[in-house]
Amino acid sequence: MSEDRYTLNKQLAQMLKGGVIMDVTTPEQAKIAQEAGACAVMALERIPADIRAAGGVSRMSDPKMIKGIQEAVSIPVMAKCRIGHFAEAQILEAIEIDYIDESEVLSPADDVYHIDKKQFKVPFVCGAKDLGEALRRINEGASMIRTKGEPGTGDVVQAVRHMRRMNSEIAKITSMREDELYEEAKRLAVPYELVVYVHEQGRLPVVNFAAGGVATPADAALMMQLGAEGVFVGSGIFKSGNPAKRAAAIVQAVTNYQDSRILAELSEDLGEAMVGINEQEIELLMAERGL
Amino acid sequence: MEKGKIAVLAVQGAFAEQMERVSRLGAECIALRQKADLMQDFDGVILPGGESTVQGKLLVELGMLEPLRDKISKGLPVMGTCAGLILLAREIGNDAHGWLGTLPVRVRRNAYGRQLGSFHTEGMVRGIGTVPMTFIRAPYVEETAQEVEILARIEHRIVAVRYQNQLGTAFHPELDADNRIHEMFLAMCEKG
Repeated sequence: MSEDRYTLNKQLAQMLKGGVIMDVTTPEQAKIAQEAGACAVMALERIPADIRAAGGVSRMSDPKMIKGIQEAVSIPVMAKCRIGHFAEAQILEAIEIDYIDESEVLSPADDVYHIDKKQFKVPFVCGAKDLGEALRRINEGASMIRTKGEPGTGDVVQAVRHMRRMNSEIAKITSMREDELYEEAKRLAVPYELVVYVHEQGRLPVVNFAAGGVATPADAALMMQLGAEGVFVGSGIFKSGNPAKRAAAIVQAVTNYQDSRILAELSEDLGEAMVGINEQEIELLMAERGL
Repeated sequence: MEKGKIAVLAVQGAFAEQMERVSRLGAECIALRQKADLMQDFDGVILPGGESTVQGKLLVELGMLEPLRDKISKGLPVMGTCAGLILLAREIGNDAHGWLGTLPVRVRRNAYGRQLGSFHTEGMVRGIGTVPMTFIRAPYVEETAQEVEILARIEHRIVAVRYQNQLGTAFHPELDADNRIHEMFLAMCEKG
Protein backbone atom coordinates (compact mmCIF):
# COMPACT_ATOMS: atom_id res chain seq x y z
CA MET A 1 0.00 0.00 0.00
CA SER A 2 1.40 3.40 -0.94
CA GLU A 3 1.90 6.08 1.70
CA ASP A 4 -0.70 8.17 -0.16
CA ARG A 5 -3.31 5.41 0.05
CA TYR A 6 -2.66 4.91 3.78
CA THR A 7 -3.11 8.64 4.34
CA LEU A 8 -6.42 8.60 2.44
CA ASN A 9 -7.55 5.65 4.54
CA LYS A 10 -6.73 7.41 7.80
CA GLN A 11 -8.57 10.45 6.46
CA LEU A 12 -11.75 8.47 5.78
CA ALA A 13 -11.74 7.56 9.49
CA GLN A 14 -11.41 11.26 10.28
CA MET A 15 -14.63 11.87 8.36
CA LEU A 16 -16.43 9.28 10.49
CA LYS A 17 -15.55 11.05 13.75
CA GLY A 18 -18.36 12.21 15.97
CA GLY A 19 -20.49 9.50 14.40
CA VAL A 20 -22.03 6.12 15.14
CA ILE A 21 -21.22 2.97 13.18
CA MET A 22 -24.01 0.41 13.45
CA ASP A 23 -24.05 -3.37 12.99
CA VAL A 24 -26.67 -4.46 10.46
CA THR A 25 -27.60 -7.86 9.07
CA THR A 26 -30.02 -6.98 6.25
CA PRO A 27 -30.52 -4.20 3.68
CA GLU A 28 -33.67 -3.20 5.62
CA GLN A 29 -31.71 -2.76 8.85
CA ALA A 30 -29.04 -0.85 6.91
CA LYS A 31 -31.69 1.59 5.68
CA ILE A 32 -33.06 2.02 9.19
CA ALA A 33 -29.53 2.70 10.43
CA GLN A 34 -28.86 5.25 7.68
CA GLU A 35 -32.18 6.99 8.30
CA ALA A 36 -31.38 7.09 12.01
CA GLY A 37 -28.09 8.86 11.29
CA ALA A 38 -25.42 6.14 11.21
CA CYS A 39 -22.18 7.48 9.68
CA ALA A 40 -21.38 3.95 8.44
CA VAL A 41 -22.75 0.45 8.78
CA MET A 42 -21.02 -2.83 9.59
CA ALA A 43 -22.51 -5.58 7.44
CA LEU A 44 -22.55 -8.98 9.09
CA GLU A 45 -24.69 -12.10 9.00
CA ARG A 46 -25.24 -12.29 12.72
CA ILE A 47 -24.81 -9.57 15.29
CA PRO A 48 -22.35 -10.36 18.10
CA ALA A 49 -25.06 -11.29 20.64
CA ASP A 50 -26.31 -13.98 18.26
CA ILE A 51 -22.79 -15.12 17.39
CA ARG A 52 -22.24 -15.58 21.11
CA ALA A 53 -25.54 -17.45 21.50
CA ALA A 54 -25.01 -19.69 18.47
CA GLY A 55 -21.45 -20.70 19.33
CA GLY A 56 -19.35 -22.58 16.77
CA VAL A 57 -17.00 -21.08 14.21
CA SER A 58 -17.95 -17.63 13.04
CA ARG A 59 -16.67 -16.43 9.64
CA MET A 60 -16.76 -13.58 7.14
CA SER A 61 -20.29 -12.87 5.86
CA ASP A 62 -21.57 -13.95 2.45
CA PRO A 63 -20.36 -11.33 -0.10
CA LYS A 64 -23.80 -11.38 -1.71
CA MET A 65 -25.37 -10.27 1.55
CA ILE A 66 -22.74 -7.53 1.92
CA LYS A 67 -23.36 -6.35 -1.65
CA GLY A 68 -27.08 -6.13 -0.90
CA ILE A 69 -26.27 -3.74 1.91
CA GLN A 70 -23.84 -1.74 -0.26
CA GLU A 71 -26.67 -1.24 -2.75
CA ALA A 72 -29.17 -0.25 -0.06
CA VAL A 73 -27.25 2.67 1.48
CA SER A 74 -25.03 5.59 0.42
CA ILE A 75 -22.93 5.75 3.61
CA PRO A 76 -19.69 3.73 3.94
CA VAL A 77 -20.11 -0.03 4.40
CA MET A 78 -17.70 -2.01 6.56
CA ALA A 79 -17.43 -5.76 7.00
CA LYS A 80 -15.56 -8.12 9.30
CA CYS A 81 -12.96 -10.73 8.52
CA ARG A 82 -11.34 -13.15 10.95
CA ILE A 83 -8.09 -12.20 12.66
CA GLY A 84 -5.23 -13.30 10.40
CA HIS A 85 -7.52 -14.41 7.55
CA PHE A 86 -6.01 -12.43 4.72
CA ALA A 87 -7.92 -14.40 2.08
CA GLU A 88 -11.22 -13.23 3.56
CA ALA A 89 -9.80 -9.70 3.51
CA GLN A 90 -8.85 -10.10 -0.17
CA ILE A 91 -12.43 -11.09 -0.93
CA LEU A 92 -13.79 -8.06 0.92
CA GLU A 93 -11.39 -5.85 -1.00
CA ALA A 94 -12.58 -7.38 -4.27
CA ILE A 95 -16.15 -6.26 -3.55
CA GLU A 96 -14.83 -2.75 -2.77
CA ILE A 97 -15.74 -2.65 0.87
CA ASP A 98 -15.05 0.77 2.41
CA TYR A 99 -13.44 -0.57 5.61
CA ILE A 100 -12.45 -4.03 6.83
CA ASP A 101 -12.75 -4.83 10.53
CA GLU A 102 -10.19 -7.51 11.42
CA SER A 103 -12.34 -8.59 14.29
CA GLU A 104 -12.11 -10.67 17.43
CA VAL A 105 -15.89 -11.12 17.22
CA LEU A 106 -15.32 -13.76 14.55
CA SER A 107 -13.33 -16.92 15.28
CA PRO A 108 -9.61 -16.16 14.83
CA ALA A 109 -8.08 -17.88 11.79
CA ASP A 110 -4.52 -17.42 13.00
CA ASP A 111 -3.45 -17.52 16.63
CA VAL A 112 -0.06 -15.88 15.98
CA TYR A 113 -0.19 -13.46 13.08
CA HIS A 114 -2.54 -10.65 12.24
CA ILE A 115 -3.11 -9.68 8.62
CA ASP A 116 -0.31 -7.67 6.99
CA LYS A 117 -2.67 -4.83 6.28
CA LYS A 118 -0.06 -2.87 4.33
CA GLN A 119 -0.62 -5.28 1.42
CA PHE A 120 -4.15 -3.91 0.94
CA LYS A 121 -5.57 -0.79 -0.64
CA VAL A 122 -8.76 -0.81 1.44
CA PRO A 123 -8.55 0.48 5.01
CA PHE A 124 -8.63 -1.65 8.15
CA VAL A 125 -9.97 -1.00 11.63
CA CYS A 126 -8.72 -3.20 14.46
CA GLY A 127 -9.60 -3.64 18.11
CA ALA A 128 -7.19 -2.90 20.96
CA LYS A 129 -7.36 -3.32 24.74
CA ASP A 130 -4.32 -1.18 25.44
CA LEU A 131 -1.78 1.08 23.78
CA GLY A 132 0.63 -1.72 22.86
CA GLU A 133 -2.06 -3.58 20.92
CA ALA A 134 -3.19 -0.38 19.22
CA LEU A 135 0.31 0.52 18.06
CA ARG A 136 1.04 -3.05 16.92
CA ARG A 137 -2.09 -2.98 14.76
CA ILE A 138 -1.15 0.46 13.39
CA ASN A 139 2.32 -0.84 12.58
CA GLU A 140 0.66 -3.66 10.60
CA GLY A 141 -1.28 -1.05 8.61
CA ALA A 142 -4.52 -0.41 10.52
CA SER A 143 -5.80 3.09 9.75
CA MET A 144 -8.36 3.20 12.56
CA ILE A 145 -8.52 1.70 16.07
CA ARG A 146 -11.44 0.80 18.31
CA THR A 147 -11.63 -0.58 21.82
CA LYS A 148 -12.41 -4.27 21.90
CA GLY A 149 -15.02 -4.05 24.60
CA GLU A 150 -16.83 -7.33 25.04
CA PRO A 151 -19.03 -7.62 21.98
CA GLY A 152 -22.58 -8.88 22.17
CA THR A 153 -22.96 -8.40 25.90
CA GLY A 154 -24.54 -4.99 26.28
CA ASP A 155 -22.05 -4.52 29.12
CA VAL A 156 -19.89 -1.45 28.62
CA VAL A 157 -17.38 -2.24 31.38
CA GLN A 158 -14.68 -3.59 29.10
CA ALA A 159 -14.87 -0.76 26.58
CA VAL A 160 -14.46 1.63 29.52
CA ARG A 161 -11.52 -0.37 30.84
CA HIS A 162 -9.78 -0.40 27.45
CA MET A 163 -10.33 3.30 26.83
CA ARG A 164 -9.09 4.28 30.28
CA ARG A 165 -6.07 2.02 29.99
CA MET A 166 -5.15 3.46 26.61
CA ASN A 167 -5.56 7.04 27.85
CA SER A 168 -3.43 6.49 30.93
CA GLU A 169 -0.68 4.80 28.90
CA ILE A 170 -0.72 7.70 26.42
CA ALA A 171 -0.52 10.19 29.30
CA LYS A 172 2.39 8.29 30.77
CA ILE A 173 4.36 8.34 27.49
CA THR A 174 3.61 12.02 27.03
CA SER A 175 5.25 12.79 30.37
CA MET A 176 8.31 10.58 29.84
CA ARG A 177 11.81 11.86 29.20
CA GLU A 178 12.92 11.30 25.61
CA ASP A 179 15.63 8.86 26.66
CA GLU A 180 13.00 6.65 28.28
CA LEU A 181 11.09 6.10 25.04
CA TYR A 182 13.43 3.34 23.77
CA GLU A 183 12.70 1.17 26.75
CA GLU A 184 8.98 1.93 26.49
CA ALA A 185 8.99 0.83 22.84
CA LYS A 186 10.61 -2.42 23.91
CA ARG A 187 8.13 -2.93 26.72
CA LEU A 188 5.14 -2.34 24.45
CA ALA A 189 6.71 -4.42 21.65
CA VAL A 190 6.12 -1.65 19.12
CA PRO A 191 8.38 0.45 16.82
CA TYR A 192 10.20 3.34 18.48
CA GLU A 193 8.83 5.84 15.89
CA LEU A 194 5.24 5.18 16.97
CA VAL A 195 6.14 5.76 20.62
CA VAL A 196 7.79 9.04 19.63
CA TYR A 197 4.60 10.05 17.82
CA VAL A 198 2.51 9.39 20.93
CA HIS A 199 5.07 11.23 23.08
CA GLU A 200 4.91 14.32 20.87
CA GLN A 201 1.22 14.36 19.94
CA GLY A 202 -0.38 12.88 23.05
CA ARG A 203 -2.69 10.72 20.95
CA LEU A 204 -2.78 7.71 18.64
CA PRO A 205 -1.68 8.38 15.06
CA VAL A 206 -5.14 7.24 13.87
CA VAL A 207 -8.76 7.82 14.89
CA ASN A 208 -9.90 5.86 17.95
CA PHE A 209 -13.53 4.74 18.40
CA ALA A 210 -15.26 2.96 21.27
CA ALA A 211 -16.78 -0.47 20.63
CA GLY A 212 -18.30 -3.29 22.61
CA GLY A 213 -21.30 -3.20 24.91
CA VAL A 214 -22.60 0.28 24.04
CA ALA A 215 -26.39 0.01 24.44
CA THR A 216 -27.77 3.40 25.52
CA PRO A 217 -27.29 7.13 24.79
CA ALA A 218 -25.65 7.36 28.22
CA ASP A 219 -23.17 4.60 27.31
CA ALA A 220 -22.26 6.51 24.15
CA ALA A 221 -21.86 9.79 26.07
CA LEU A 222 -19.70 8.03 28.66
CA MET A 223 -17.33 6.71 26.00
CA MET A 224 -17.16 10.10 24.25
CA GLN A 225 -16.37 11.85 27.53
CA LEU A 226 -13.63 9.29 28.12
CA GLY A 227 -12.04 10.39 24.84
CA ALA A 228 -13.55 8.15 22.14
CA GLU A 229 -13.83 9.94 18.79
CA GLY A 230 -17.01 8.06 17.85
CA VAL A 231 -18.74 4.79 18.70
CA PHE A 232 -19.59 1.43 17.20
CA VAL A 233 -22.94 0.02 18.30
CA GLY A 234 -23.36 -3.66 17.63
CA SER A 235 -26.10 -5.68 19.22
CA GLY A 236 -27.34 -2.70 21.25
CA ILE A 237 -29.63 -1.39 18.52
CA PHE A 238 -31.29 -4.27 16.72
CA LYS A 239 -31.55 -6.31 19.93
CA SER A 240 -33.62 -3.56 21.54
CA GLY A 241 -37.34 -2.81 21.60
CA ASN A 242 -37.36 0.18 19.23
CA PRO A 243 -34.23 0.11 17.04
CA ALA A 244 -34.93 3.24 14.96
CA LYS A 245 -35.60 5.42 17.98
CA ARG A 246 -32.70 4.08 20.02
CA ALA A 247 -30.33 4.44 17.07
CA ALA A 248 -31.34 8.06 16.49
CA ALA A 249 -30.97 8.83 20.20
CA ILE A 250 -27.46 7.36 20.32
CA VAL A 251 -26.48 9.41 17.24
CA GLN A 252 -27.61 12.63 18.94
CA ALA A 253 -25.96 11.61 22.21
CA VAL A 254 -22.61 11.35 20.43
CA THR A 255 -23.00 14.90 19.08
CA ASN A 256 -24.08 16.48 22.37
CA TYR A 257 -22.25 14.12 24.72
CA GLN A 258 -21.48 16.89 27.20
CA ASP A 259 -24.99 18.30 27.53
CA SER A 260 -26.75 16.36 30.28
CA ARG A 261 -30.07 18.10 29.68
CA ILE A 262 -30.17 16.88 26.06
CA LEU A 263 -28.94 13.43 27.17
CA ALA A 264 -31.80 13.21 29.66
CA GLU A 265 -34.33 13.92 26.91
CA LEU A 266 -32.69 11.42 24.59
CA SER A 267 -32.76 8.71 27.24
CA GLU A 268 -36.52 8.97 27.74
CA ASP A 269 -38.94 6.37 26.53
CA LEU A 270 -36.60 4.34 24.35
CA GLY A 271 -38.36 1.05 25.04
CA GLU A 272 -36.54 -2.00 26.20
CA ALA A 273 -32.75 -2.04 26.02
CA MET A 274 -31.02 -5.27 25.05
CA VAL A 275 -31.05 -7.63 28.00
CA GLY A 276 -27.30 -8.08 28.08
CA ILE A 277 -25.08 -10.34 30.09
CA ASN A 278 -22.63 -9.27 32.75
CA GLU A 279 -18.94 -9.70 32.17
CA GLN A 280 -18.72 -12.31 34.97
CA GLU A 281 -21.42 -14.44 33.35
CA ILE A 282 -19.57 -14.86 30.07
CA GLU A 283 -17.71 -18.02 29.25
CA LEU A 284 -16.02 -16.78 26.09
CA LEU A 285 -13.99 -13.58 26.36
CA MET A 286 -13.67 -12.35 22.78
CA ALA A 287 -11.47 -9.43 23.77
CA GLU A 288 -8.70 -11.90 24.64
CA ARG A 289 -8.48 -12.96 20.99
CA GLY A 290 -5.44 -11.59 19.11
CA LEU A 291 -2.94 -9.59 21.16
CA MET B 1 -9.08 44.71 8.94
CA GLU B 2 -9.97 42.42 11.79
CA LYS B 3 -10.25 38.67 11.40
CA GLY B 4 -13.82 37.59 12.03
CA LYS B 5 -15.09 35.02 14.48
CA ILE B 6 -15.67 31.69 12.74
CA ALA B 7 -18.26 29.10 13.74
CA VAL B 8 -17.70 25.48 12.73
CA LEU B 9 -20.65 23.12 12.48
CA ALA B 10 -19.68 20.38 14.96
CA VAL B 11 -22.50 17.84 14.78
CA GLN B 12 -20.44 15.12 13.06
CA GLY B 13 -17.30 14.75 10.96
CA ALA B 14 -13.91 16.42 10.71
CA PHE B 15 -14.83 19.61 12.57
CA ALA B 16 -11.82 19.49 14.91
CA GLU B 17 -9.49 19.75 11.90
CA GLN B 18 -11.33 22.86 10.64
CA MET B 19 -11.27 24.49 14.08
CA GLU B 20 -7.60 23.78 14.45
CA ARG B 21 -6.80 25.34 11.06
CA VAL B 22 -8.92 28.42 11.60
CA SER B 23 -7.39 28.99 15.05
CA ARG B 24 -3.90 28.56 13.67
CA LEU B 25 -4.65 31.26 11.11
CA GLY B 26 -5.45 33.62 13.94
CA ALA B 27 -9.25 33.69 13.88
CA GLU B 28 -11.42 33.09 16.92
CA CYS B 29 -13.39 29.89 16.58
CA ILE B 30 -16.54 28.41 18.13
CA ALA B 31 -18.37 25.08 17.70
CA LEU B 32 -22.02 24.74 16.71
CA ARG B 33 -23.50 21.62 18.30
CA GLN B 34 -27.06 22.71 19.08
CA LYS B 35 -29.59 25.40 18.32
CA ALA B 36 -28.58 27.61 21.25
CA ASP B 37 -25.05 27.86 19.81
CA LEU B 38 -26.48 29.67 16.77
CA MET B 39 -27.57 32.57 18.97
CA GLN B 40 -23.97 33.71 19.36
CA ASP B 41 -22.43 36.34 17.12
CA PHE B 42 -20.10 35.11 14.39
CA ASP B 43 -18.83 36.38 11.06
CA GLY B 44 -18.64 33.17 9.07
CA VAL B 45 -19.51 29.50 9.27
CA ILE B 46 -17.69 26.38 8.09
CA LEU B 47 -19.55 23.19 7.22
CA PRO B 48 -16.92 20.44 7.52
CA GLY B 49 -16.45 17.05 5.89
CA GLY B 50 -18.20 14.00 7.28
CA GLU B 51 -21.37 12.19 6.25
CA SER B 52 -23.88 14.61 4.74
CA THR B 53 -26.85 12.36 5.58
CA VAL B 54 -25.86 12.36 9.26
CA GLN B 55 -25.11 16.07 9.42
CA GLY B 56 -28.27 17.00 7.54
CA LYS B 57 -30.46 14.84 9.74
CA LEU B 58 -28.88 16.26 12.91
CA LEU B 59 -29.41 19.82 11.61
CA VAL B 60 -33.10 19.01 11.22
CA GLU B 61 -33.51 17.20 14.56
CA LEU B 62 -31.61 19.81 16.52
CA GLY B 63 -33.68 22.59 14.98
CA MET B 64 -30.60 24.17 13.40
CA LEU B 65 -31.43 23.88 9.69
CA GLU B 66 -33.85 26.82 9.35
CA PRO B 67 -31.89 29.35 11.45
CA LEU B 68 -28.67 28.45 9.63
CA ARG B 69 -30.31 28.72 6.20
CA ASP B 70 -31.74 32.05 7.24
CA LYS B 71 -28.32 33.40 8.25
CA ILE B 72 -26.69 32.22 5.01
CA SER B 73 -29.52 33.70 2.92
CA LYS B 74 -28.99 37.00 4.67
CA GLY B 75 -25.34 37.02 3.64
CA LEU B 76 -23.39 35.20 6.37
CA PRO B 77 -20.20 33.91 4.68
CA VAL B 78 -20.12 30.10 4.54
CA MET B 79 -17.59 27.52 3.38
CA GLY B 80 -18.69 23.95 2.80
CA THR B 81 -16.13 21.20 2.21
CA CYS B 82 -17.20 17.81 0.83
CA ALA B 83 -20.24 16.95 2.98
CA GLY B 84 -20.58 20.68 3.65
CA LEU B 85 -20.84 21.35 -0.09
CA ILE B 86 -23.60 18.73 -0.27
CA LEU B 87 -25.47 20.45 2.57
CA LEU B 88 -25.28 23.76 0.69
CA ALA B 89 -26.33 22.40 -2.72
CA ARG B 90 -29.75 23.27 -4.03
CA GLU B 91 -30.01 19.87 -5.65
CA ILE B 92 -28.40 16.48 -5.06
CA GLY B 93 -28.43 14.52 -8.30
CA ASN B 94 -28.46 11.03 -6.82
CA ASP B 95 -30.35 11.67 -3.59
CA ALA B 96 -33.91 12.78 -2.90
CA HIS B 97 -32.73 14.70 0.18
CA GLY B 98 -31.96 18.37 0.10
CA TRP B 99 -30.63 20.29 3.10
CA LEU B 100 -29.74 24.00 3.21
CA GLY B 101 -30.19 24.43 -0.54
CA THR B 102 -28.69 27.92 -0.62
CA LEU B 103 -26.07 27.27 -3.31
CA PRO B 104 -27.52 27.02 -6.84
CA VAL B 105 -25.61 23.92 -7.97
CA ARG B 106 -26.41 20.27 -8.50
CA VAL B 107 -23.92 17.92 -6.84
CA ARG B 108 -23.41 14.21 -7.17
CA ARG B 109 -22.69 12.33 -3.93
CA ASN B 110 -19.96 9.67 -3.78
CA ALA B 111 -19.28 10.71 -7.34
CA TYR B 112 -15.90 8.96 -7.45
CA GLY B 113 -17.24 5.71 -5.98
CA ARG B 114 -16.28 3.99 -2.76
CA GLN B 115 -13.14 4.41 -0.66
CA LEU B 116 -10.97 2.78 -3.36
CA GLY B 117 -11.93 5.76 -5.53
CA SER B 118 -10.62 8.31 -3.01
CA PHE B 119 -7.53 10.17 -4.26
CA HIS B 120 -5.07 12.98 -3.71
CA THR B 121 -4.04 15.39 -6.46
CA GLU B 122 -3.13 18.99 -7.19
CA GLY B 123 -5.23 21.43 -9.11
CA MET B 124 -5.51 25.03 -10.14
CA VAL B 125 -7.89 27.19 -8.14
CA ARG B 126 -8.88 30.49 -9.73
CA GLY B 127 -7.26 33.44 -7.99
CA ILE B 128 -5.00 31.24 -5.87
CA GLY B 129 -2.91 28.96 -8.06
CA THR B 130 -2.14 25.27 -7.69
CA VAL B 131 -3.24 23.72 -4.40
CA PRO B 132 -3.17 20.16 -3.01
CA MET B 133 -6.58 18.50 -3.10
CA THR B 134 -7.73 15.48 -1.11
CA PHE B 135 -10.93 13.75 -2.22
CA ILE B 136 -12.48 11.26 0.25
CA ARG B 137 -15.57 9.49 -1.14
CA ALA B 138 -16.09 12.91 -2.60
CA PRO B 139 -18.88 14.59 -4.54
CA TYR B 140 -18.44 16.85 -7.54
CA VAL B 141 -20.62 19.56 -9.00
CA GLU B 142 -22.58 18.39 -12.04
CA GLU B 143 -24.16 21.67 -12.98
CA THR B 144 -24.29 25.26 -11.75
CA ALA B 145 -26.52 28.27 -12.23
CA GLN B 146 -24.98 30.87 -14.52
CA GLU B 147 -24.05 33.28 -11.71
CA VAL B 148 -21.95 30.67 -9.90
CA GLU B 149 -18.22 31.20 -10.31
CA ILE B 150 -16.34 28.01 -11.07
CA LEU B 151 -13.06 28.08 -9.16
CA ALA B 152 -11.60 24.70 -10.00
CA ARG B 153 -12.03 21.66 -12.21
CA ILE B 154 -10.30 18.31 -12.03
CA GLU B 155 -10.56 16.28 -15.21
CA HIS B 156 -13.38 18.51 -16.47
CA ARG B 157 -15.38 18.06 -13.30
CA ILE B 158 -16.22 21.06 -11.15
CA VAL B 159 -14.70 20.71 -7.66
CA ALA B 160 -14.76 24.26 -6.26
CA VAL B 161 -17.32 27.06 -6.66
CA ARG B 162 -18.11 30.50 -5.26
CA TYR B 163 -21.46 32.24 -5.28
CA GLN B 164 -21.86 35.54 -3.43
CA ASN B 165 -21.13 34.71 0.25
CA GLN B 166 -20.83 30.95 -0.33
CA LEU B 167 -17.71 28.91 -1.04
CA GLY B 168 -17.89 25.19 -1.73
CA THR B 169 -15.17 22.59 -2.34
CA ALA B 170 -15.55 18.90 -3.10
CA PHE B 171 -12.08 18.33 -1.61
CA HIS B 172 -10.78 18.83 1.94
CA PRO B 173 -8.49 21.87 2.33
CA GLU B 174 -8.37 21.13 6.08
CA LEU B 175 -6.51 17.85 5.41
CA ASP B 176 -3.62 19.40 3.50
CA ALA B 177 -0.97 21.79 4.76
CA ASP B 178 -1.81 24.56 2.29
CA ASN B 179 -3.70 27.44 3.93
CA ARG B 180 -4.79 29.41 0.89
CA ILE B 181 -8.38 28.17 0.61
CA HIS B 182 -8.98 28.96 4.28
CA GLU B 183 -7.31 32.33 3.85
CA MET B 184 -9.62 33.08 0.94
CA PHE B 185 -12.60 32.23 3.13
CA LEU B 186 -11.31 34.22 6.12
CA ALA B 187 -10.94 37.22 3.80
CA MET B 188 -14.65 36.82 2.96
CA CYS B 189 -15.38 36.98 6.70
CA GLU B 190 -13.30 40.01 7.54
CA LYS B 191 -15.02 42.80 9.39
CA GLY B 192 -15.09 46.39 8.23
